[in-house]
Amino acid sequence: MKQKILQSNMLLTLISIVIGFIFGAILLLCIRINPGVAYAKLFTGVFSQFKYILYSAVYASPLIFTGLSVAFSFKTGVFNIGAEGQFVVGSLAACLIGIFVDVPAILHVPLCLLAAMAAGVLWSAVVGYLKVARGINEVLSYIMFNWIAFYLSNYVVNIPAVHKEGGGEATKDILASAKMTAPSFITQICSYANWGFLLAIACAFLVWFTIEKTTLGFQLRAVGHSRTAAEYAGISSNRIFLTSMSISGALAGLGGAVQILGMSGRLSQFAGQEGYGFQGITVALIASSNPVGCIFSGLFYGAMKYGGSKLSIVGVPNEVVNIIMGTIIFFIAISQVFRLLLNRKKKGGVA
Amino acid sequence: MDPKTEVIRMKDIVKKFGDFTANDHINLTVHQGEVHAILGENGAGKSTLMNVLYGMYPPTSGSIEVNGKEVVIDSPQKAITLGIGMVHQHFMLVQPFTVTENIVLGMEPLKGLSVDLKSAREEIVKLSEKYNLMVDPDAKIEDISVGMQQRVEILKVLYRGANILILDEPTASLTPQEIAELMEIIQHLTADGKSVILITHKLKEIKMAADNCTIIRRGKYIDTVRVGEKSEDDLAGMMVGREVSFHVDKKKQQPTDTVLDVRDITAKDYRGVDVLKGLSLTVRRGEIVGLAGVDGNGQSELVSILTGLQKALSGTVTLNGENVTNLSPGTLFEKGITNIPEDRQKHGLVLPFTVSENLILQNFAKAPFSKNGVLQEGEIKKHATELIGRFDIRPSGCEERPAGTLSGGNQQKVIIAREVTNNGDLLIAFNPTRGLDVGAIEFVHRYLIEQRNKMCAILLVSFELDEILSLSDRINVIFDGRIVGEVDGEGADEYELGLMMAGGKA
Repeated sequence: MKQKILQSNMLLTLISIVIGFIFGAILLLCIRINPGVAYAKLFTGVFSQFKYILYSAVYASPLIFTGLSVAFSFKTGVFNIGAEGQFVVGSLAACLIGIFVDVPAILHVPLCLLAAMAAGVLWSAVVGYLKVARGINEVLSYIMFNWIAFYLSNYVVNIPAVHKEGGGEATKDILASAKMTAPSFITQICSYANWGFLLAIACAFLVWFTIEKTTLGFQLRAVGHSRTAAEYAGISSNRIFLTSMSISGALAGLGGAVQILGMSGRLSQFAGQEGYGFQGITVALIASSNPVGCIFSGLFYGAMKYGGSKLSIVGVPNEVVNIIMGTIIFFIAISQVFRLLLNRKKKGGVA
Repeated sequence: MDPKTEVIRMKDIVKKFGDFTANDHINLTVHQGEVHAILGENGAGKSTLMNVLYGMYPPTSGSIEVNGKEVVIDSPQKAITLGIGMVHQHFMLVQPFTVTENIVLGMEPLKGLSVDLKSAREEIVKLSEKYNLMVDPDAKIEDISVGMQQRVEILKVLYRGANILILDEPTASLTPQEIAELMEIIQHLTADGKSVILITHKLKEIKMAADNCTIIRRGKYIDTVRVGEKSEDDLAGMMVGREVSFHVDKKKQQPTDTVLDVRDITAKDYRGVDVLKGLSLTVRRGEIVGLAGVDGNGQSELVSILTGLQKALSGTVTLNGENVTNLSPGTLFEKGITNIPEDRQKHGLVLPFTVSENLILQNFAKAPFSKNGVLQEGEIKKHATELIGRFDIRPSGCEERPAGTLSGGNQQKVIIAREVTNNGDLLIAFNPTRGLDVGAIEFVHRYLIEQRNKMCAILLVSFELDEILSLSDRINVIFDGRIVGEVDGEGADEYELGLMMAGGKA
């Protein structure tokens, strides 16, 4: 039974992905670009060399985190559209600790990660508090908090003590002890390779275990499925909302830290929202909120982003990647409608 | 016209949903001027058959004749044109609209561009007088009683020219007096040559009103019998396929100390209207106290307060001598209040959760079901397997099935299994048999009595007077947020209670 649902979900997701590519191809044809060329470049851009695959994994790491964050919130029936903001404050916290706290590497990285998680928790828990104590819809406050995070980050980046000396719209570089860079035999292949990906996989399994195997997960799922029945059984849904939103914030914050400690090494001033949090929604949806599934959908999105960045080489606008991803989400969303129709047809039977 | 004229003949109706056969060669013949009951347990296929007749589902095979002509009924509109009307169990009325507006809704008579309510009103008054319905055409739905609303539904069907009325569980939320009045109305209808199809699982009403009765069991046609020739026990036996005992075996027992003591509770409902106006009652160890009353007199709020879902504005709730007023649901559970909730799908079960998970819904954090915050799947499953066997939850081996896929009766069994094994000092049962079939009702009643015999205190809140009468040691009547009377369970008089339930003095 469970297997069946899982399979049918996966099937619909795969169909949606195919439709996404077909739709992208049609648009490319409209602007007189051979989709074969574009897709071949996308494919070879990811798979033709081992280092490209590593790069895809690097691109995927923060997305797996934000995907997990959104998926986790979905389990309790909350929509963490604020992963974006939590990601940003996570980056900011990790970056500041990385710059200003001078401790050995063995302590420095965990300290940065903890700070990022704490920042993410704070950013999400305030919204949670507003939800349970004041009844404010979390979607509204999350979106506002995204912008608060955005401007806060830009403000901090431009504080003279933080700002990079001598030009550049970014903070100082974090200390070497705060970097999560992979061992040199890997960085020789892919200079950005870092521990973030492994951390993401570990987190995915931890989240899966928490949701499926622990009493906390039991309560999260109970509230997510039926708040009324959960409350009847003595589970405080308010406490569960706060817990779930905090953990969700911590995951997004970790994603932000991984991006800084593993890849960029500094925080740049944003021109616009970077979208890691929003892309996390896509990742979670493609994975049907399955934490382990988020690894794969995160990799898929990471590969699309990385491969897409090379499309300009063959004269293809890389926005086509966003269109494909958008189409996929669109069809995953309406696949529920398809399923409803299918079920109805079955129910109605043949006359 | 000859009263023996056949108005409906459904022949060999088969309706399949995928592999599941809901109706397996069912025959139904209804004559003019007849009350024809369709009797069957929940899930037996009564509703499916009626939905086929009313044009909601196409039959997989079989034929339907109306007034001797074979027809294809592919939509409710078609059914209405053929003179078939259906009064659903849940009324479909617009609350702020008047009776007249509700009746014409969807087929408003037009005069130029405006709705000609005046002529419609006249016709409704005429129909109402003809069938002795006594409906005020200008009253707003929100101001009239449930019984009246049902009459409006009947009028709606008559206004559309129905000669064959399908009444789906029409007495579910009526008082005994209202039921008696409904039976009178049915007589008026049949005297005028209309035919009534009565869907029910209440044998008493069939005996009271029906001429003939078609019995369906698990989708199969069992028999059509003349009601006058069969006893209630005969009918029940045919319905469930075995002997059924309505006699509740209750040993005499002296209740001991007071478990629940509710004093002068007041509360408002979600609209801010006073619903509980100083209600007091007690329940002692080893007795079933029945709370009789019509829906909407404060029962839901009382149960919400006792289970911690709603706060009382004033008054106290004392459990075993300890003040537990307005504590949280979890704390009240720990203190010993267990509950079979009114709405099993909303409050009783997490439907997507498996049966195993639902069976530990309150106790998931306790040993042996979890250890250091990790669920012990082996223990949880073992527990479920034991309860599934002990309480005969079907299908057997449903440990890992989502509770939502079980039938209503089996969902209720999951809740009963859980609450009975929780072994609280007080068990609150709110409409514990609503929508269940005879077999399941028997089961629920047996367990309530068993808990009472084990010296548990039981508060039975029910809209079914029969249930209150057959189970209670003491009966309190609730009306307008207060207890308006208390009688001994033994030898309680149904009509006296009915009068109190309607607000009259006994």
